[in-house]
Amino acid sequence: MIVKNLLFIVVMMWAGQQAAFALDIQSWHTKNGVKVLFVESHDLPIVDVRFTFKAGSSRDGGLYGVSRLVNALLVEGSGNYNAEDIALAFESAGAEMGHDSLRDMAWTSLRSLSEPALLAKTTDMFARITALPSFPQDAIDRDRNAMLVSLANRKNEIAKVVEDTFFHQVYKDHAYAVGPHGTEKTLNAITRQDLLDFHGRFYVTGNAALAIVGDLTKQQARDYAERLTAHLKQGEAARPLAKSQTVKQAKTVRVPFKATQTHIRQGQPVLSRKDPDYFSLYVGNHILGGSGFSSRLMQEIRENRGLSYSVYSYFLPMESSGPFEMALQTKTQQAQEAARLLQELLTEFIANGPSEQELEHAKKNITGSFPLKLDSNSKIVDYLALIGFYDLPLDYLDNFNANILKVTAADIQDAFKRRVKPGQMIRVIVGESS
Amino acid sequence: MDKITFIVLTFFLAMPIHASTSEKILDNGMKIIVREDHRAPVVVSQIWYRIGSTYEHDGITGVSHALEHMMFKGTENLKPGEFSEIIAANGGSENAFTSRDYTAYFQRIAKDRLEICLKLEADRMRNVVFLKGEYKKEVAVVREERRWRVDNKPRSKLFEQFYATAFLTSPVRIPTIGWMDDLQQLEMKDAADWYKKWYAPNNATLVVVGDVNSEDVFSLAEKYFAGIEPSNIEPPKLRPEIEQNGERRLNLYGQTASPYLIMGFKTPVLKGFEGDVKDIYALDVLSGILDGGNSARVAKKMLRGDEIAVEAGTSYDPYDRLGGLFLFAGTPNEKVSPQTLEQAFIDEIKDLQDNPVTQQELERVKAQVIASKVFDRDSMFNMGMQIGMLDSVGLDWRLIDSYVDSINSINAADIQRVARKYFNKNKLTVATLWPEKEAQE
Repeated sequence: MIVKNLLFIVVMMWAGQQAAFALDIQSWHTKNGVKVLFVESHDLPIVDVRFTFKAGSSRDGGLYGVSRLVNALLVEGSGNYNAEDIALAFESAGAEMGHDSLRDMAWTSLRSLSEPALLAKTTDMFARITALPSFPQDAIDRDRNAMLVSLANRKNEIAKVVEDTFFHQVYKDHAYAVGPHGTEKTLNAITRQDLLDFHGRFYVTGNAALAIVGDLTKQQARDYAERLTAHLKQGEAARPLAKSQTVKQAKTVRVPFKATQTHIRQGQPVLSRKDPDYFSLYVGNHILGGSGFSSRLMQEIRENRGLSYSVYSYFLPMESSGPFEMALQTKTQQAQEAARLLQELLTEFIANGPSEQELEHAKKNITGSFPLKLDSNSKIVDYLALIGFYDLPLDYLDNFNANILKVTAADIQDAFKRRVKPGQMIRVIVGESS
Repeated sequence: MDKITFIVLTFFLAMPIHASTSEKILDNGMKIIVREDHRAPVVVSQIWYRIGSTYEHDGITGVSHALEHMMFKGTENLKPGEFSEIIAANGGSENAFTSRDYTAYFQRIAKDRLEICLKLEADRMRNVVFLKGEYKKEVAVVREERRWRVDNKPRSKLFEQFYATAFLTSPVRIPTIGWMDDLQQLEMKDAADWYKKWYAPNNATLVVVGDVNSEDVFSLAEKYFAGIEPSNIEPPKLRPEIEQNGERRLNLYGQTASPYLIMGFKTPVLKGFEGDVKDIYALDVLSGILDGGNSARVAKKMLRGDEIAVEAGTSYDPYDRLGGLFLFAGTPNEKVSPQTLEQAFIDEIKDLQDNPVTQQELERVKAQVIASKVFDRDSMFNMGMQIGMLDSVGLDWRLIDSYVDSINSINAADIQRVARKYFNKNKLTVATLWPEKEAQE
């Protein structure tokens, strides 16, 4: 199946960073101090839970890949249970267990039917694998090898080469420079003790947040949370990440790659989660390159010129300064023209800001689509996990639309002028023209 | 499955989807299916046209998809792009997708805006205006899409060529995005003719899921679509696949670090199957036995166990319109050749042919199937997709309800029987992607 527009996915991802209305979030701490966020919903006999930890690759401490390897190994053994026992515990009850790690966040998740007899079958195993992994040596070697193979393949995928080069160039020595996939050298160097140390430091009570959504009463949710966190070791929250350096001088990095298209991405570090300019930049970007077919980038580059299938921009708010990025792909012969346009459109937007009509249109779209952000349990648990993980206020969703409506065209222009610097961006160009 | 699990899971079977879903056919032949879901004040509207790449022929491949792009480029009443602007201004999100058997357009929007969507869709069912300038730009976008989606992704290329090898005469061989040479020569007239031929109320189904009342939706649909005259829809000439009597092999060299292997056996699909439908569901359960999670055989024996592969899996889709394939695919471990991975899959097949699966495995698959049917209900969009896909290939959407019963009826002997019947090496196609450098050695 082919989707008309990749931007749909990108917009969803950005929307996924945002939050919603009139959601009754209940919050408390478990006896051992884990923060819990819960939304009660009895429409479907389902319970969703997500356990988040500040244990992404920004915590690798130079041992790149250790965070992802730890996360991968959670399902490979715990106490006397091996990988098959673990999988069977979930799968024989029809439950879906998931886990992954990014730059900021690592998580485990579980979706189960809410019937207590069934839920009880998976609860303790989920608690154990998150808190008490056994890191068997054969599984370490196997998962390390799988990561090495995946890393080698990454270097042969143009989209990954663009992404990895971009982060490397923008973040230099910062913890965001290398992603969760790690490096060949460090992956090979990781020992079992490194994994135990990483897990022991970061998968602990003070560094965790638990999101629960679904068919439980508050008392049931309290009991459930106690059982899910029962094995978790006491420990402190991870220290705040160092602030990333700004890019001092614009730089274009070309990477030769055999392909019929050239991929272009440019940007700089800008936005952290609790940034005062957050809403101005969000609405502004919606107009510039974040809103699908009506965005300026899409209009000028795809609709008016047919240069690219997908073209977009976004701010990725992270714990430390996440990147502002603009990206497109186009056949190599027209790459220069597309790169020039991208820069021109950005410069023009910063110089003159959005029109009143564009702003009004953006506000209607963002506020009008608000209910869509919360129309399923799985979306709600995504938001709860974000709110818990980034320690956002519980009324973040309640105030979301009001915060959007407050933004003026002058706010946007001012925020873009201060924060987005076309003269201080890294531009990565990957393709044969290089 | 222990007793508690069994009783609990059986309980969920008593929640049929048809209780909250209703259907109406307008006089012009257009079908409307509404599923009420009152959890949030939103609605998903999807209009499905029974047209896709399996309706195409050589020389114009990709026309269904190119036409899908043109559907956003203006009508007698709307400027190019205005459709999208109106949806956006109403807080909606929208998109479209094309597949082998259908093309669908959808909006997700606040429930009180459904009428806007229906009005706009009724307009572009018949009134699209094809403008030379717009077409030229948009077909260039489609070519960029192909470069991005297929040409610079060796595995996508392998899948494309794999289907063209497994199917020689059936249009299943046609890639939905279209061959690049066809996209180069495709003309606006091809897209416009395609539009006239296939976009009609009697070739469409509207699926609405959300916080609506079905009678209200029927009235709205009546208001906007009933006045559209039906067309004479003439299906393309049948192009059945010739019988495969021997293994087929394909090699592709590309920019990749690891080789990649795809194996596919010709298997029946539900649509048009004249045998015992148990075969279809047994194949579905069999896929779950092999690849239904980290406790299943592929993960247990091939990823862990002998460490043959770094990733591997199987898939089988009973709901294609034309002939189907049971697929095995994976990346061999670096110390292992694709041939060894292929042999490991063959060994798994032989095991299934020689020995009945265990009760524990069967129960695990059934528990997963039942739970996943409950989980499916969390997403209105997915419920709409399931209904629309079944309907578009000519199956009854009520199969969603009977699916669990059908799966539950499968036993170990059924699985052994279909493993023997369909995993026949003469019906096998094998495609291998090799790193380019190995081509030079």
